[in-house]
Amino acid sequence: MKNEFQVIADLIEKDKKVLDVGCADGTLMKFLKDNKNINIRGLEISKEKVQECIAKGLTVIEGNAEKDLKQFPDKSFDYVVLSQTLQAFLNPELVLDELLRVGKKAIVTIPNFGYWKVRFHLLFKGTMPITKTLPDEWYNTPNLHMCTIKDFFHFVKSKDIKIFKSLALNNLNSSIINESNLGVKNLFADLGIFLIEK
Amino acid sequence: MNTEKNIKTLIVKKPLKLDCGKTIKDFPIAYETYGSLNSKKDNAILVFHALTGDQFVTGINPVTNKEGWWSYAVGPDKAIDTNKYFVICSNVIGGCMGSYGPSHKDPDQKIFGTNFPVITINDMVNAQYNLLDHFGIDKLFSITGGSMGGMQVLQFISNFPNKSKTVIPIATTSSHSAQNIAFNELGRQAITADSNWKDGNYTSNDTNPGKGLAVARMAAHITYLSKKGLQEKFGRKLQEREDLKFGFDADFQIESYLRYQGSVFVDRFDANSYLYITRAMDYFDLAKQFKGNLSDAFINTKAKFFIISFTSDWLYPTQENKDIVIALNSIGADVGFVEIESDKGHDSFLLDVPDFLSALKNFLDKSYEEN
Repeated sequence: MKNEFQVIADLIEKDKKVLDVGCADGTLMKFLKDNKNINIRGLEISKEKVQECIAKGLTVIEGNAEKDLKQFPDKSFDYVVLSQTLQAFLNPELVLDELLRVGKKAIVTIPNFGYWKVRFHLLFKGTMPITKTLPDEWYNTPNLHMCTIKDFFHFVKSKDIKIFKSLALNNLNSSIINESNLGVKNLFADLGIFLIEK
Repeated sequence: MNTEKNIKTLIVKKPLKLDCGKTIKDFPIAYETYGSLNSKKDNAILVFHALTGDQFVTGINPVTNKEGWWSYAVGPDKAIDTNKYFVICSNVIGGCMGSYGPSHKDPDQKIFGTNFPVITINDMVNAQYNLLDHFGIDKLFSITGGSMGGMQVLQFISNFPNKSKTVIPIATTSSHSAQNIAFNELGRQAITADSNWKDGNYTSNDTNPGKGLAVARMAAHITYLSKKGLQEKFGRKLQEREDLKFGFDADFQIESYLRYQGSVFVDRFDANSYLYITRAMDYFDLAKQFKGNLSDAFINTKAKFFIISFTSDWLYPTQENKDIVIALNSIGADVGFVEIESDKGHDSFLLDVPDFLSALKNFLDKSYEEN
């Protein structure tokens, strides 16, 4: 399993109710269900991925997070997880608001556009960066609203969203992000993981 | 209409109060089973049939000598695996395959015809509930069905919230739409306009409103398919002729196909049953039973729901299936949902649609493993 999922799993206590938004093939859901006795649901837009989830015995709803989160009542999940998808929505702010309405807490991970390799790629090659977490070309990427760890950090603060924990991930290492090391983490992490609440 | 010898029947002694206010008792429910009930009695699946279905889900129907209506989905090693599960299906009351219906006789030995009480989806499931007692099953593993079968699934779990572990409504609705009532009315008008219908007393008059019933079936059959499916299968192909004949014979293959569908239907279905069952569908409005709040229909159940719709189904479109998902999510129920890509229209659930069959199989088998 991806190290990102391990870090997310470590943030969630046992016996909780979780919604995985954009759950893909259900890898994270399966892990949480089997290892933490978590009552987990997935929301996924791809029909093929939905089928993969069903084949794993997972409860999944085919749907679009930008339209279908509104059917869930306020605070109906202990955690809502959104892994590396926020930047792909037409209106990420609205989705973020919905995550925090539906979940008591939300775990949001973002591919960091401030990562040094991304910056180097653009600076020296002069073409749109392609990295492990940003594998697509500019013309076929699903990403519409790329941001950096610093952008996201400032954004949630400006919306009076409480950050419980923010982690910088680089390969297998995760480390805490805070106000004082934000600049450094923004340079050396390729993924940011945020546990937030409103 | 049916040959009694191949039909298993349960006589329900207990009086059943119908929604119309009348009470029936000592009435027959015709049923069939597939596979075997295990010693824990935890592997039973109750299948509900659609408008023109019957209890003969799979294998050769002993009355019509044709394949059962859900042969693609039910049988050994199939999606609903009869090596593993005990499948029960019964003919709905109002039907014409052995269950109490308008072709039966009243206590004065006169054929009911339209004197049979108007029945509802609620009456159908209340009648079928007696099968659980009959087999000594405390809790079903699953209930499933498509179209009107899906309506019965929803009504059953609402009436008996603790009686099934999983619930699979397919290509259905919680409330029959104006468009669907309109199509049903068209069918009923075709039947009652046939002079052989005789106000429903055709059996005693030794006539049969076959033409009306065939037209009803033809009109309905179009609604079960998609425009794309029809175009691909028939297009403007001509029926055994080189050119148009400038007449009103069946020039086009689609015409010939529909006429055939109408004619074979008449051989196996009773016109009055068609009136009664379509009426039951039209009256179905589960939200209305709960003062307009569909979620309240499911508030007492802990069952695991899996709802399936099809992209090209315009009779019970995805949105109507999603409304059920939304009602369940708003009360935090355990619900999964998938829309299957298919150009076979509403009939997709009856046909060989691999994505549908594998989703159904995976859901059932994985849920059963967790038992």
